[in-house]
Amino acid sequence: MNTLILVLVILALATLSYVVGTRRSTGLVDNKPKDLHSLPGYYGLYVAMWCGVPALALLALWTAFEPTIVKHMVLASLPAQALLDPAGGPLSDQRISLMMTDIANTASGNISSGASQSYISEAAVYQRSLTDTGYWLMAAVAVALGLGLASLAYRRISPKLRARNDVESGVKYFMIACSTVAILTTIGIILSLLFESYRFFTQVPVTDFLFGLSWSPQTAMRADQVGSSGAFGAIPLFVGTGLIATIALVVAVPIGLLSAIYMSEYAAPKFRAFAKPALEILAGIPTVVYGFFAALTVAPAIRGFGETIGLDVSSESALAAGLVMGIMIIPFVSSLSDDVITAVPQAMREGSYGLGATKSETIRKVVFPAALPGIVGGILLAASRAIGETMIVVMAAGLAANLTANPFAAVTTVTVQIVTLLVGDQEFDSPKTLAAFALGLVLFFITLLLNVIALRVVRKYREQYD
Amino acid sequence: MTDQHQPFEGTAGQPRIADRSVKVSATNANVYYGEKHAIKDVGLDIVAQEVTAFIGPSGCGKSTFLRCLNRMNDTIDICRVTGDIRLDEEDIYDRKIDVVELRARVGMVFQKPNPFPKSIYENIAYGPRIHGTATGKAELDEIVQSSLVRAGLWEEVKDRLDSPGTGLSGGQQQRLCIARAIAVSPEVILMDEPCSALDPIATAKIEELIDELRTNFTIVIVTHSMQQAARVSQRTAFFHLGRLIECGDTETIFTNPQHNLTQGYITGRFG
Repeated sequence: MNTLILVLVILALATLSYVVGTRRSTGLVDNKPKDLHSLPGYYGLYVAMWCGVPALALLALWTAFEPTIVKHMVLASLPAQALLDPAGGPLSDQRISLMMTDIANTASGNISSGASQSYISEAAVYQRSLTDTGYWLMAAVAVALGLGLASLAYRRISPKLRARNDVESGVKYFMIACSTVAILTTIGIILSLLFESYRFFTQVPVTDFLFGLSWSPQTAMRADQVGSSGAFGAIPLFVGTGLIATIALVVAVPIGLLSAIYMSEYAAPKFRAFAKPALEILAGIPTVVYGFFAALTVAPAIRGFGETIGLDVSSESALAAGLVMGIMIIPFVSSLSDDVITAVPQAMREGSYGLGATKSETIRKVVFPAALPGIVGGILLAASRAIGETMIVVMAAGLAANLTANPFAAVTTVTVQIVTLLVGDQEFDSPKTLAAFALGLVLFFITLLLNVIALRVVRKYREQYD
Repeated sequence: MTDQHQPFEGTAGQPRIADRSVKVSATNANVYYGEKHAIKDVGLDIVAQEVTAFIGPSGCGKSTFLRCLNRMNDTIDICRVTGDIRLDEEDIYDRKIDVVELRARVGMVFQKPNPFPKSIYENIAYGPRIHGTATGKAELDEIVQSSLVRAGLWEEVKDRLDSPGTGLSGGQQQRLCIARAIAVSPEVILMDEPCSALDPIATAKIEELIDELRTNFTIVIVTHSMQQAARVSQRTAFFHLGRLIECGDTETIFTNPQHNLTQGYITGRFG
């Protein structure tokens, strides 16, 4: 009763077809592969492809549609009175889906609430038999399809068969399918963001959302409670996001850029070989680790320092989150800048030295301007990373939507609010939940814009040296 | 400075310069790339306001030796230079020598045109700016114009000084690089195969330019083309496997070479 076993069986058959196909192709020409149109392996792959791909495709279709078909058949088998409520009217859709869940649970042997009804256990038995028969039928059809197509392909093998071309076009279609999946997924996400945001904006005006100064998404459960209407002004979130990202960039850009210049222009090759991967490890540390480092080490240290010089620092501050985030994005700046600085042709440097320029003049006036577009690309990438970062901010910057530019105050960001809006039990049509989609949409546009700018800049850079 | 300059038994006929003023002179110069001994005991005089051509088969060390003359080899970590190389009787490998100042006096033009990705104007103004030569905008404009005029490029670019130097054709780019070198007012200009990336017409223009520049500068040119050496130079030095085989007046080298290696190379038997 397991699809995985069936997949393995089909794969085993495909492997076998590969071996058989290869043998047959070499056998046809008396072990002189030169007489074949393609290398023997391609004939093997040709047979294996015909064996495996249609069978697996059938299996995938079956797995996708089987539950729906079985459900409809079970529903049709139920006695008429099962679909009526005690008052004699037809059952609501929700009740029917509840009953179907009961039947499915009984069929699979789980605990269910409605097993007392005799028609439910009957339906469960029926569902079980349907799934069982379906599975064996499916297994038989899939294996037969695989074997049948494989033997057809096997018979078509001849020295003139253009197996390589067929296999390669098969691979090409597979790659097209893969990229289609990626593209369709992206489109789906964007559409879902757009539609859900639209639903949000029918309940909260766009202008209130984009220009409102107060963020308080807690809506009341009942209409007579206090604060029954939330406030959805997103400005404090954007300001918080901007504040933290700015602090992060103020940390990361100078450190990253100067270390990149040091590594590419001054450091000995041995030091560079060690230092560059070491810096890149910073990007590999999980953000949750950065998060508790920020919350448990950096934030208290900043508060303690603030107290000693008489500043009022809250225990969760934009500064703590920004500093730690800055450390996290250093490798984005340093690694990319290092790459583009190294890519500046040596001829540029020599041209400058040849005119009597010093090393620092050469770096400042020739190398840096030539690498600038690439460096800007790296910084924009770091910026979009900083804007999208969540974990550090959740832990270290707090949840209070303060509209402030004070780095010692607690602020919150767009991503943090999305997290808090969706954690816990939610109604899917309340503005509180839908606000997350609107925030996500805005965030998506901001990072998209940054990425487009970064791509443009990098492309311009490419034109200069190619 | 007489017979100690003979680096190789075959260079017996190398005349020391008596009647002309020597700008650069090398004695027992050796260059090592790590373990590799790239230049072996080269002794050579370069005469002021003349064009000296370095010829020889690929890998013979002529470019390496050229790059010793403005210490451009310093940028290569594993490279080591020994011996005595003098510019106006002053040892350029002496500790007291500021390499930046040296390179301002000994300019360089490279094999592949390498204008900076800046405007034509900024390419020329780069040198005067870093050396603080010009005191004002007007003076800088003047230097840019006169450098471009002397490099024979002014008429072609005077209306587009603000467009990027990388947008010019290959030959124009190389003349831009020569103009850039002239703008610093060097005493010597080193040219490392300046025409090897150019078509014959652009090459002819550069050769003409080199001949004109000779009145003001001492020029050393590395070339693969013996015709070019014969056309532009007054003196020629022939290198082979890191050694200087023969050096003398171009006419003598090409009509009456003393060494059979030189003879073999210029008649095209190897190289």
